[in-house]
Amino acid sequence: MSELFDSRSTRAAGVGSVGVLQPYPAYDVQSVRFRYRSRGSDATRWILEGISLRVQKGEVLGVVGPNGSGKTSLLKVLARVLTPQEGRVSLFGQNLASMTQQDVACVAGVVPQDTQQLFPFTVAETVIMGRFPHRPRGRWTGGFGWESHQDIAIAEQAMATMDIGHVAHRVVTDLSGGERQRVLIARALAQTPKVLLLDEPTAFLDLQHQVEICSLLRRLKETHGLTVVLVSHDLNLVGQYCDRILLLDNGQVVRHGYPEEVIEPDVLEAVYRCRVLVDRHPVSGLPRVTLPGRQLSGGT
Amino acid sequence: MGILAFTAMAVCVICLHFGAQPIAYGEILRVFIDAISRKEIDGGTSDVVDVILLQVRLPRILLGFLVGCSLASVGVALQALLRNPLADPYVLGVSSGAALGAAVGVLLGAGTTFLAETTLPVCGFAGGLLALVIVYRMAASYEQLPIHSLLLTGVILNAIFSALIMFITSILEPNRSYGMMAWLMGTLTAPTYGGLVGLAVYLSIGLVLLFVQMRALNVLALGEEVARTLGVDTERAKRSIFILAALVTGAVVSVSGMIGFIGMVVPHAVRLVTGADHRLLLPASALVGGTFLMGSDTIARTMISPAEIPVGIITALAGGPFFVYLLLWRKDRLA
Repeated sequence: MSELFDSRSTRAAGVGSVGVLQPYPAYDVQSVRFRYRSRGSDATRWILEGISLRVQKGEVLGVVGPNGSGKTSLLKVLARVLTPQEGRVSLFGQNLASMTQQDVACVAGVVPQDTQQLFPFTVAETVIMGRFPHRPRGRWTGGFGWESHQDIAIAEQAMATMDIGHVAHRVVTDLSGGERQRVLIARALAQTPKVLLLDEPTAFLDLQHQVEICSLLRRLKETHGLTVVLVSHDLNLVGQYCDRILLLDNGQVVRHGYPEEVIEPDVLEAVYRCRVLVDRHPVSGLPRVTLPGRQLSGGT
Repeated sequence: MGILAFTAMAVCVICLHFGAQPIAYGEILRVFIDAISRKEIDGGTSDVVDVILLQVRLPRILLGFLVGCSLASVGVALQALLRNPLADPYVLGVSSGAALGAAVGVLLGAGTTFLAETTLPVCGFAGGLLALVIVYRMAASYEQLPIHSLLLTGVILNAIFSALIMFITSILEPNRSYGMMAWLMGTLTAPTYGGLVGLAVYLSIGLVLLFVQMRALNVLALGEEVARTLGVDTERAKRSIFILAALVTGAVVSVSGMIGFIGMVVPHAVRLVTGADHRLLLPASALVGGTFLMGSDTIARTMISPAEIPVGIITALAGGPFFVYLLLWRKDRLA
């Protein structure tokens, strides 16, 4: 697997036509700095301090780091929800700042952290909102009316993929956390994106669904060439399922590379300020993180 | 939707029947056939029943329908935009902002000129927009303003605007200040057909532009960041919806004063039936809102007839308790 990505990453991002997507990386982030506009006391603090990063097409990138390291902000910058004050982000060679919000939404699907919903939308209604970016353009009535048969077929497909067809007509607020999470992923899939950006997608899921979602992301990468950027607290999950890992701390890149390059005890200790054990996963051979057990502090 | 439209028409006919002097349905039918065969609705007859029906009751009922439609639609849009099921132009202080604008207009003499029908809605629009901008700034300075804080903002705005309105009322001459008081309480008075058509055109432009946003409202109701990730230019969408809401509210308030709670009660009730999809919710709320206000106004006209009470009292008496019920017993749905 490593060889595959080596060959890709050596390709330079040229300045050719935008239509041909192949030579371009999915994301090319160049020294991006971002801070929230002055409100409150830490107005001067940069949330992202000069991040440069390249995400290749078809890569699954895991973004990890302690709380407040800028993981979620980076994801929002990639989705153009937040606009960086400095630096440049390119999506398949196109400058993100010059694209419309609708253009971005046709390419990048976002799975946000679960937030409480106030209005009683059903699962089907929520998922089909993923078709909103593909509404007709350029008319003053843009977005008016109902979805086409094609939209409905795509939404149904997304619901089938996420195994939520049986709750299609239930109200989202009545579902369990895990089901809601899968609804959000289905909505992003309904956008038929080339890039999927996920913020803590497994936070509310039980083991079965964690494994299912991660395998699904791998499968989508293989079948559709989908590029995935995944923000997570779970180092092991990221280590097992991501091609590459980006480790952030205080808005800066600490390490960016293959799991074995990032998940190293010394690196993690410096960032998380606590001692962890790293060994090999018995099946995949990829690095695995374990918290120091009680014996370590007591016995030895 | 067809059923709702039919209900609205049926209620309209029933409302024509009631009044200080009930008019039989056969009589109503005869007057309409007469009017159609004469090809004019205004004047051309000295028949008392004709005059009561066509020049007093019908325009007033139609006005009620327009006002109710508009208030309910604006309520739906504000609820989605502020992500708050209790939002309502009245509760948020938008109506009182618009009323203040109109009152300032009256104070400056706009109400006495023939320009009243055009300038007062503009004054109302300005006042309503001011109130909305303040409410939204408050809401936006937090990620999402908690529901109770948003209501509190509305309460404060209402208090400030009411104080200013009372100040203006108190410095007007007594006969004009009485008219202003009656208007502030929320009254529907029979307009001329010219004025009615003008208002209808004005409101339908606002409402059509609002209805075009129905699908965007669905996405906006999920939250602003989510809306952006689904390809909504949120700044633009917000701006246009706020301006439309202020425009419609301003016009409505300048003709009918402060009629409260329709924008909150109606969408709530309709949402229970249609679900949250704005493509059903918005038109259904508009029809139900119009029907509801026609009915309320008929009660206001007939309850102590021949005297009338302001219809704002009826809607507040119906809506206020509902509001309290939502706050107290449906906390789980709101917090």
